[in-house]
Amino acid sequence: MSTSSNLLFLIALLPFLGALVPGVMIRAGRNAAATFTAVPTAIALILLLTFAPAVMEGEVIQAELNWLPQLGLSASFFLDGLGLLFACMILGVGLLITLYARFYLSGEDPVGQFYTYLLLFQGAMLGIVISDNILLLLVFWELTSLSSFLLIGYWKHLPEGRQGARMALTVTGAGGLAMIGGMLILGNIAGSYNLTDILQAGDAIRASDWYMPALILILLGAFTKSAQFPFHFWLPHAMAAPTPVSAYLHSATMVKAGVFLLARMWPVLSGTDAWFYIVGTIGLITMVLGALIALFKDDLKALLAFSTVSHLGLLTMLLGFGTEAAAVAAVFHIINHLTFKAALFMTAGIIDHETHTRDIKRLGGLRHLMPLTFFIGTVAALSMAGIPLFNGFLSKEMMLEEASHTYWAGNQYVVPVLATIGALLSVAYSLRFISHVFLGPVRDDYPSKPHDPPFGLWAAPALLVILVILIGVMPFLAEGIVTAAASAVTGADLHPHLKIWHGVTPALYMSIIAVIGGAILLALHAPLDKVWIKAPRPEAKAIFDRLIAAVVGLTQRITYGTHNGAISRYLAIFTVASVLLGAVAFMGGGLSAPTREMLPVPAVIAVGWIMLIVATISVVTMHHHRFRALVLIGIIGLTISAGFVYMSAPDLALTQISVETVTIMLLLLALHFLPKETPKESSFGRKMRDGIIALAAGGGVGGLAFAFMQRDVSTISSYHVENSYEGGGGTNVVNVILVDFRGYDTYGEIIVLGIAGLLIYALMHALLDGPAARRLRNTDYSQDRSKDRHPLMMVVVTRVLMPIALMVGLYIFLRGHNQPGGGFVAGLVVAIALLMQYMASGFAWTQDRQRIEYHTLIGFGVIIAGITGAGAWVFGAPFLTSSYTYVHLPPIEEFELATAMLFDLGVFLTVLGAVMLMLYSLSRIARFAGETVNVEAMDYDPASRVDAGTEER
Amino acid sequence: MEFLVASAIGAMTAGGVYLLLRLRTFPVILGLALLSYAVNVFLFSSGRLAIDMSPILSKYGEASYTDPLPQALVLTAIVISFGMTAVLVMISLGAYLEADSDEIDIDQADLDEDAAK
Repeated sequence: MSTSSNLLFLIALLPFLGALVPGVMIRAGRNAAATFTAVPTAIALILLLTFAPAVMEGEVIQAELNWLPQLGLSASFFLDGLGLLFACMILGVGLLITLYARFYLSGEDPVGQFYTYLLLFQGAMLGIVISDNILLLLVFWELTSLSSFLLIGYWKHLPEGRQGARMALTVTGAGGLAMIGGMLILGNIAGSYNLTDILQAGDAIRASDWYMPALILILLGAFTKSAQFPFHFWLPHAMAAPTPVSAYLHSATMVKAGVFLLARMWPVLSGTDAWFYIVGTIGLITMVLGALIALFKDDLKALLAFSTVSHLGLLTMLLGFGTEAAAVAAVFHIINHLTFKAALFMTAGIIDHETHTRDIKRLGGLRHLMPLTFFIGTVAALSMAGIPLFNGFLSKEMMLEEASHTYWAGNQYVVPVLATIGALLSVAYSLRFISHVFLGPVRDDYPSKPHDPPFGLWAAPALLVILVILIGVMPFLAEGIVTAAASAVTGADLHPHLKIWHGVTPALYMSIIAVIGGAILLALHAPLDKVWIKAPRPEAKAIFDRLIAAVVGLTQRITYGTHNGAISRYLAIFTVASVLLGAVAFMGGGLSAPTREMLPVPAVIAVGWIMLIVATISVVTMHHHRFRALVLIGIIGLTISAGFVYMSAPDLALTQISVETVTIMLLLLALHFLPKETPKESSFGRKMRDGIIALAAGGGVGGLAFAFMQRDVSTISSYHVENSYEGGGGTNVVNVILVDFRGYDTYGEIIVLGIAGLLIYALMHALLDGPAARRLRNTDYSQDRSKDRHPLMMVVVTRVLMPIALMVGLYIFLRGHNQPGGGFVAGLVVAIALLMQYMASGFAWTQDRQRIEYHTLIGFGVIIAGITGAGAWVFGAPFLTSSYTYVHLPPIEEFELATAMLFDLGVFLTVLGAVMLMLYSLSRIARFAGETVNVEAMDYDPASRVDAGTEER
Repeated sequence: MEFLVASAIGAMTAGGVYLLLRLRTFPVILGLALLSYAVNVFLFSSGRLAIDMSPILSKYGEASYTDPLPQALVLTAIVISFGMTAVLVMISLGAYLEADSDEIDIDQADLDEDAAK
């Protein structure tokens, strides 16, 4: 990778890296935060400018880094003329805004946060304009929606700010979603998600059947972002943001993203009738409508907001025309609009800052009080009006020129007339900005005494209006960048000549009409305003709010309709849905003839089956007697273990029988605190309903199992059998699968088990700190209690059994690799051995003798398993690759040492720790229930002959 | 033989589902236990039934073995379902002790009260 492409990555990253700094410098003050924002921006801008000469020559800088190649997502960037133009705008205006915001925001605002948001937004915007991968572009696109949400809602205490931010996020976010669909279609047609490839595939894309859906979806994204009719309503509401944000988002960046996208996709999507009629028409409508509303807005920022909408419409319309000359005009107007609109927003901010109002009707006469602001505002507004010698004039002339020879549905007059009306309205509201704010008599009722702001506030807009004049007088200054950007947009080698005087053309007449008409309109503003205020107009915010309320209402009805808090109902719905889906799938597939012979049924198995069925039926019919039901469940579990033995699954039998034991103990412990009877409260109808659901589910699952067992399928099992010994070094295939072939699964499972243990422990503590503990203390469990709770016989027998049980556990563990057994079973057996001691001698006595915390066991288990797995890395093998060897140590027989054994040790420890922690937690609750604590091992100890083993706690 | 296993699975599923739809925590826990038996045996049976063919490699030459993979999966499933049962027991115990009721359904009245807040 060359240095230049590395630098491109750096440029893309710099804002994000920089964003980390200001946010944490809460107390460092405005100067520090602004400096640390300006530095990364400035570095990025300088780096960018080093590319400028090459890019202006037509070179394209590229940088690529594969990210998720399976998805076609790569972190690739490229910089062409269009990207360079936008990147310069984003970073350059970003710098100016940083300076301006330093003086605009008050010391009480959380300035660090502001600059972090600003840099995040800047980075996201920058990402959009230099992404070479459309998936990456989408990521950045969504990031701009999110970060602009934070910026617009920066003044969290203002409800308008929050609502405006929410509306902007909803509208642009929804558009972004649509655009994702469109982009995916586009990538699918082109066969690549790289923009450079897609730009080459224009013909294929336009010819595709999917062109229309893709076009509409992408346009939805671009139109919502660029506030085109009918999505324009969010932009004025976003004006609740601090003015630096408005100046940044609505002149140079956010709203231009949609225009940028239209320009970027221009070679691919434009040139069709659909493009012309959708994009051109929407742009035209937006331009006229935005300008009309702007004329009657009294809030300075609202006026500018709607004028922005109008100018965005103009840009969209130009791109919609689909001609190269129109594209040049669009690119040029992007630059011009940026300069005058950013300056105007900043001017409005200054006026607001100094006079404490933005209401035009309360302003006027400011030219004497704020001469500098007057000069800046006037120059920028004249440029917006399109007056000669300012840059707005140039691009507006080019727009009118293009409009003058555009036919709309064969009609020669529609576009030029409407474009002239748009220009006329634009002149009117621009002149209104000047005359109603600055001209007229000085008033004496300003909310605050206005005067010119400090240098920091007027420096940025002053610089921008200098550009306005420079480009306006010497348009050839901008020719280079316009050429480069327009060539990049159209994909053609263009050489436009930007000049002030084009001769006497239709555009000149249209311009003259616009200026004179605009001046007349302004003179008539007062009576027209009265009419406007009286006229009924649809209020976008009200419609939007009603729409949102309707959606919320609908989802609430659905949610509360289905989720009414009755778990039994959810479970019933879930079961019925599963059964129905299964039935549908079954109907669709059909069933082939059975291929397997059924196995014979020996008498003893038939008896076992009868036992299981009877027990199951009894559980259901007798479940109101909870203790009885528990015993029956135990019978079912034991019968299943026996079945596993018979059906060639010794490992399963061992596991089932030991799990059964601890499960029953657990449930018994729980039952101690729960009611012993379940009340009969289900109605007959409900029982019938549940019975039918249950029978349907049982019939379905049973039938499926039956069908399954009668047919052969090819499986991957033979691989495991064949490689168990050679690859894993064990003859017990099930164990080798657990610790070797699928060791990763097992590793995950022991972690889950460990977490479950810790969760129960945590729950227990939460319970004992809450009201439950009080209830426990106040409940009298004494009548449930046996007189002889720690009988002599049981204590003696469990003590004798303890070493034997431990030995069995060790034996099962050691032989696990080759014979039935292993870590899981051994862990359970040892746990049972320990639990017996708890049962025989009571909790406190046993707990006193516990040396190692159960948490520690879980931790060590997971760590040992993990380290064993990771050990394979040392030998360059993947995680959990096992190795083994045979050792012969006389006088013992030859035995095997396998790393899998260590892994199994981890399993053993985790299982042991988790099971013990679970039961330990439950029994600890008993202590709170006023359970007596026994100090002696048994209630009646013949050795001491003292009947005082217990004492009240 | 296959029919016996299948019918046992079916019976346990039916019983489990029925108990699952009861209104108190304890029967629901029992139902889940029953249902996990059914699921475990179902998974196990997907390796087809075989008698005297344990997946323990024989030292004495050729032998045929049953499918070991479902067994390995079921083995961990048994242990995990114990863990999950334990968590569920603890939660239902906590709920009972806190609320003095082991009903699992929230009353419509309580729900309306919450919605009103």
